[in-house]
Amino acid sequence: MQASSVEISKVNKFYGPFHALKDVDLSIPPGKVTCLIGPSGSGKSTLLRCINFLEEYDSGEVRIDGKLMGYDAPGRKMSGKKLRQMRRGVGMVFQQFNLWPHMTALQNVAEGLIRVRGLPKSEAEARATDALRKVGLADKTGNHPARLSGGQQQRVAIARAIAMEPQLMLFDEPTSALDPELVGEVLNVMKTLASEGMTMVVVTHEMGFAAHVADQVAFMEKGELVAVDSPQGIFHAPKDERIWNFLRTYRERNAF
Amino acid sequence: MDLVSQYGPALLRGFGITVICWILGTIFGMALGLVIALIQRYAPRPVRWLIQIYIEVIRGTPFLVQLFVLYYGGPLIGLRLDALPAGLLGLTIYGSPYFAEIFRSGFRAVAHGQIEAARAIGMTEPTIIRRILLPLGLVSALPALVNFSIILTKETVILSIITVPELMYQVSRMSAETFRYVEANLVLALFFWALVETISRLGRRLEARITQHLIERT
Ligand SMILES: Nc1ncnc2c1ncn2[C@@H]1O[C@H](COP(=O)(O)OP(=O)(O)O)[C@@H](O)[C@H]1O
Ligand SMILES: [Mg+2]
Repeated sequence: MQASSVEISKVNKFYGPFHALKDVDLSIPPGKVTCLIGPSGSGKSTLLRCINFLEEYDSGEVRIDGKLMGYDAPGRKMSGKKLRQMRRGVGMVFQQFNLWPHMTALQNVAEGLIRVRGLPKSEAEARATDALRKVGLADKTGNHPARLSGGQQQRVAIARAIAMEPQLMLFDEPTSALDPELVGEVLNVMKTLASEGMTMVVVTHEMGFAAHVADQVAFMEKGELVAVDSPQGIFHAPKDERIWNFLRTYRERNAF
Repeated sequence: MDLVSQYGPALLRGFGITVICWILGTIFGMALGLVIALIQRYAPRPVRWLIQIYIEVIRGTPFLVQLFVLYYGGPLIGLRLDALPAGLLGLTIYGSPYFAEIFRSGFRAVAHGQIEAARAIGMTEPTIIRRILLPLGLVSALPALVNFSIILTKETVILSIITVPELMYQVSRMSAETFRYVEANLVLALFFWALVETISRLGRRLEARITQHLIERT
């Protein structure tokens, strides 16, 4: 599998007067898992969404395999066509799954292959079936999202993304909307993907996943990227007080 | 009894024309409303303002007045239409802003995330409209669409004043010629009741059919 790298440098993002990302630098190596953690509202989703330009950053650079994302030159947005071209290589999985409810699982996965990649329907459906098999849903291809559990829906959403053969996958709290007993099945699919060498950027509150699967963990607070380190470094020897405080709150909330 | 043989055929023909006016007026009005709703969603601001003015003007004036202007005022600007086409055009224009508003709120009901998911895999905007926004927006809009098309059935009676020979026109003629106001208006009520009942039943069936996959089984 080809895997992309992402280079984020000096990225700033404003919502009106609100400074949501402050000079963010982050280097995402190919074939590795990078987890983004931090308190709610710290800008994790915003940063993630700047990578595929669902959110337009105001200054700085996001480069995917060296190619500037979203702009031809600073301040000059790229054409829609070029943007779509670049997005093809980037899969995204959302907290709320965002499946298309009027299509079956198979149609959800095949849709992009047909409309974006231009594959004939039969080939698209064959590939969609493969992708669904990979996430353990070979027997649910004909179900509409309303007839699937949350965990199954999220796995369809992952299949929809990987069917497009991306070189980079973005996950925005993929398990936060799930009942606790369904979290595992989604994390397992993500672990498999990681073991195959996919570049993954994962915003998550699953500290266990971050600790065991991530190659590096980035901590954000108030729009700043406070630190990037190995999971070991972040969780066991945090160099910044803010990380320490965050983890303490997390542990207190999860202790029983 | 010979009232039936004398006026029955004309009343039936009138009802037929009412139904045709309603069907075509609804289809054209919906189509124009859909175009307006899409323009309002995607066009640059000055265009949206112009459309907004159109919506306010049409919604702010009675259908009767619009029809008069179109039929009697039209020839002054070279728009010379027969009664039936004028009536259909009138219905189309009259219904379009209401349909546009219904579509607009239908589109707004489509979760933004579902549009973003399509953008994220690189779909073009026209494809997103066709494959995601329209089908899902239509589902949300369906009850209101059926409701407004039922309201439109009753607006067709106004076409009688520009001499479209629809049901109201025939009923008025029968009343004037026979002074049997009660019977004539009873016929009018019965026909409309049948039409409205049929539409709302079909609407409910259609709704049940297209939402069957969308509702979570509990
Ligand atoms: N579309 C938006 N408009 C205005 N403010 C926003 C918008 N999206 C996010 N924000 C604000 O930006 C900050 C960061 O949001 P987000 O990236 O979603 O945080 P996180 O994912 O870390 O919880 C929050 O304070 C949020 O309220
Ligand atoms: Mg978030």
